[in-house]
Amino acid sequence: MTVIKNISENNFEQCLKCSVCTVYCPVLAVNPAYPGPKQAGPDGERYRLKDPQFYDEALKYCLNCKRCELACPSGVKIGDIIQLARIKYSKQRPGLREIMLANTDIMGSIATRMAPIVNTSLKLTPVKKVMDGVLGISSHAKFPQYAGERFETWYKKNAAQEQKQYAKQVSYFHGCYANYNYPKLSKDLVKIMNAIGYGVQLLDKEKCCGVALIANMQSAQAKKQGLVNIASIRKAKAEGRVTLTTSTTCTFTMRDEYEHLLGIDNHDVKESIQLATKFIYELIERQGVRLAFRSDYKKRIAYHTPCHMEKLGWAIYSTSLMRMIPGVDFVMLDSQCCGISGTYGFKKENYPYSQKIGEGLFKQIESLKVDLVATDCETCKWQIEMSTTAPVENPISIIADALDVEATKALNSIK
Amino acid sequence: MTDETIKQYDVIVIGGGITGAGTARDCAMRGLKTLLVERYDLTTGATGRNHGLLHSGARYAVTDHESAEECISENMILRSIARHCVEETDGLFITLPEDDLAYQATFIESCLRAGIKAEAIDPAEARILEPAVNKDLIGAVKVPDGAVDPFRLTMANVYDARMHGADVLTYHEVVGMEKDGDRVVGVKLLNHHNHQTKIVHAAITINAAGIWGQKIVQMAGAQIGMFPAKGALLVFGHRVNNVVINRCRKPANADILVPGDTVCVIGTTSDRVPFDTVDDMRVTPEEVDVLLREGEKLAPCLATTRILRAYAGVRPLVAADNDPSGRNISRGIVCLDHEERDGIPGFITITGGKLMTYRLMAEWATDMACRKLGIDKKCATATTPLYGSELKAGETRGKKTYSIGEKVAFRAAEGRHGTLSKDVPKADIYDNALVCECEQVTVGEVKYAIENLNVHNMLNLRRRTRVAMGTCQGELCMCRAAGILAKSEGNAAKAQVDLVEFVNERWHGMYPVGWADTLCEGQFTSMIYEGLCGLNVFDKK
Repeated sequence: MTVIKNISENNFEQCLKCSVCTVYCPVLAVNPAYPGPKQAGPDGERYRLKDPQFYDEALKYCLNCKRCELACPSGVKIGDIIQLARIKYSKQRPGLREIMLANTDIMGSIATRMAPIVNTSLKLTPVKKVMDGVLGISSHAKFPQYAGERFETWYKKNAAQEQKQYAKQVSYFHGCYANYNYPKLSKDLVKIMNAIGYGVQLLDKEKCCGVALIANMQSAQAKKQGLVNIASIRKAKAEGRVTLTTSTTCTFTMRDEYEHLLGIDNHDVKESIQLATKFIYELIERQGVRLAFRSDYKKRIAYHTPCHMEKLGWAIYSTSLMRMIPGVDFVMLDSQCCGISGTYGFKKENYPYSQKIGEGLFKQIESLKVDLVATDCETCKWQIEMSTTAPVENPISIIADALDVEATKALNSIK
Repeated sequence: MTDETIKQYDVIVIGGGITGAGTARDCAMRGLKTLLVERYDLTTGATGRNHGLLHSGARYAVTDHESAEECISENMILRSIARHCVEETDGLFITLPEDDLAYQATFIESCLRAGIKAEAIDPAEARILEPAVNKDLIGAVKVPDGAVDPFRLTMANVYDARMHGADVLTYHEVVGMEKDGDRVVGVKLLNHHNHQTKIVHAAITINAAGIWGQKIVQMAGAQIGMFPAKGALLVFGHRVNNVVINRCRKPANADILVPGDTVCVIGTTSDRVPFDTVDDMRVTPEEVDVLLREGEKLAPCLATTRILRAYAGVRPLVAADNDPSGRNISRGIVCLDHEERDGIPGFITITGGKLMTYRLMAEWATDMACRKLGIDKKCATATTPLYGSELKAGETRGKKTYSIGEKVAFRAAEGRHGTLSKDVPKADIYDNALVCECEQVTVGEVKYAIENLNVHNMLNLRRRTRVAMGTCQGELCMCRAAGILAKSEGNAAKAQVDLVEFVNERWHGMYPVGWADTLCEGQFTSMIYEGLCGLNVFDKK
């Protein structure tokens, strides 16, 4: 047998130049200043290897949605190539805006303490004008509201004690949004997990996953935070708990971006980071867990697949769970990017493109006349709420709202 | 078969390789009415089929002191007169565990004697200087090697010659020498485009046709013993190294890895081949094997790097006049005064030498022509920058920094055409659209090349702009480029035939390394051109 040698291990060289990625790039369709995934990724990489001077700052327009990677028939990690090039070559340094947008932990801690003031002022026209003019944060953007009490605080006061009674335990990485802005989502998860007999524990230490730091040129800080998170998740695993999440972006960042972009070794805990809907679905499928739903829950719900959910390939778990609710009239939206990409759409220069990218999605949502849009990503939620008349919920909240807790406990023999 | 108007020149230079181009420039700069004729395209022969190494001379230092001295001197000249064709990368001569480290001392001593700055550095330093280098090296010497783009350098010389009043005819083959008694008074040319012949007269005819010069000498009624030596090389998909890597030992197979533009090239082999094969060089599996085996010793990462294509060229080695057997081969410059040697006045042959010494060869040949014509004008090619390489006011040599938002393609075009890239149209969205995405060639640059750089077909266009020289070897850009050519010449049928030939030419180089990604690429290309575009590629050959 002849052994074929000399096969390229350089991922960017496996590009056959078929250009299908350019068709799937949501940015290229609306912003001619962006070179597109093929040019910015594998094509540009050859030039950057020749001379770093060929780095093009227009790579900042990449949303990091990874739709190019999904489209690529040759398995080229185009999005990673682009993000790594930004980390390695960009000479732009984060300004005040980038630091504010990216450090969700610090901003969240301050804002939750002064929630009523922050929430009101973020809506005031003069404040918006100052943010627009001075910081370059679009005055059109609506910021998520801050909650008066963080989930962590609530949990320690009201839930920590009773979690111990459950025989089975999971850990929960709530992320910034479900901590500072929307603790209801976290509480909803606790509600569901308790109903099927699982206690929910916080991680030893949880930091922001760092996705916004990576996007805003602060990857060194992202790595520091990532190492803390992975250590906590590793400890939970050692103690027999998987770590559940309710945000696709945090999940994707910790599972894939940590390894590919930040060089964090997470191979031993990757499978231990699970989106809650996937975990629950698999319990139903494999371990006979059952859910009971209220008969008075009646809603027409459309599901939007976040880009990172598309990349994870897990939308099927969230949608299958929602389809189990008898009163749900379920509609699957076309898979397209909403345009927000975390902090991207908040920036003044990106705002018009961000809206244009999401245009098709917004129109489809309006045309379907639904009660609710469901999606697993908080930033998609902001964008859709900002750009349509539809309210948006995480599938976990929808299941929690529709759940008949007592009946579920009975079905699963939980006292 | 009709004869066109007979034009009288001072000098006819035969051969559109680097030697001919350089000679035409030198002649034109000295005020001679000059015609450059080339049978096919510029750089079709050995000029377009080598490493593109800007030799420091170190490679020859131990075995050929004279060549080494010539190399380092010309190396320094090219850095200043042809800076847009040259990359100042530096080079390493590495000693591997299987090599004799004692050779290093002899090597350095020989380099220094030839005026080549050669400095032994710590292997650890070499690993930092060039991370792709074989980590097992036990010795390293740093020398002023570099990279030179032979296509660019030749075109720059031709352009320069034209700007000094020279005429240039490509696709005109010399099919006979016009003689008045023993004296050569001109040449008979066959135009390959319209198949007509014409006679052109000149006081002096300079044969700079490389290996093909043997036939030219025969046509003039004399003999020269040339020995074609084939050298095969492989092109890799990207630059694995940014510093030239050589083996510090007696010159052997595949012991130089040169980074050039977006790729790197390993070579060469060296085998004598029969004269009748020089027009059809094919790279054999054995040659590919030896290039990979030896190349991986210089830079182990070559083993896992995509290979774009293979090619081979022919070195024009000349036998010493007193040794027709060819045992005593010279690699140095050979400038023959056929009046003195063979009693044929009006005829000069300039041959031997190497890419690096083309300017010096041109100087010798032009000096001889001037002497015969009674013209006393000094050579100025060593100090006058080529068009495209002039320094702008306040500009210093070295790397340019670019501002944010300058298109990658504009920067790439500046790399290819130097200051002449200002003439590349970039006014509108169409001109700025990319034809070749791998090599960043715009519609504007293609148009510029068609108008200014002696382009008649796709092959010419590739050599002037790097269209189709990148990762996909033309899969995306060939069709686009053919469209622009068809439009500019108003002849779609010709462009289609040209496209078929060009697709085959690209595959010819991919075939010897046709596995893995390169095979997929070839298959995809065939699907597009044969399947989608309906171009029946394989029936045409």
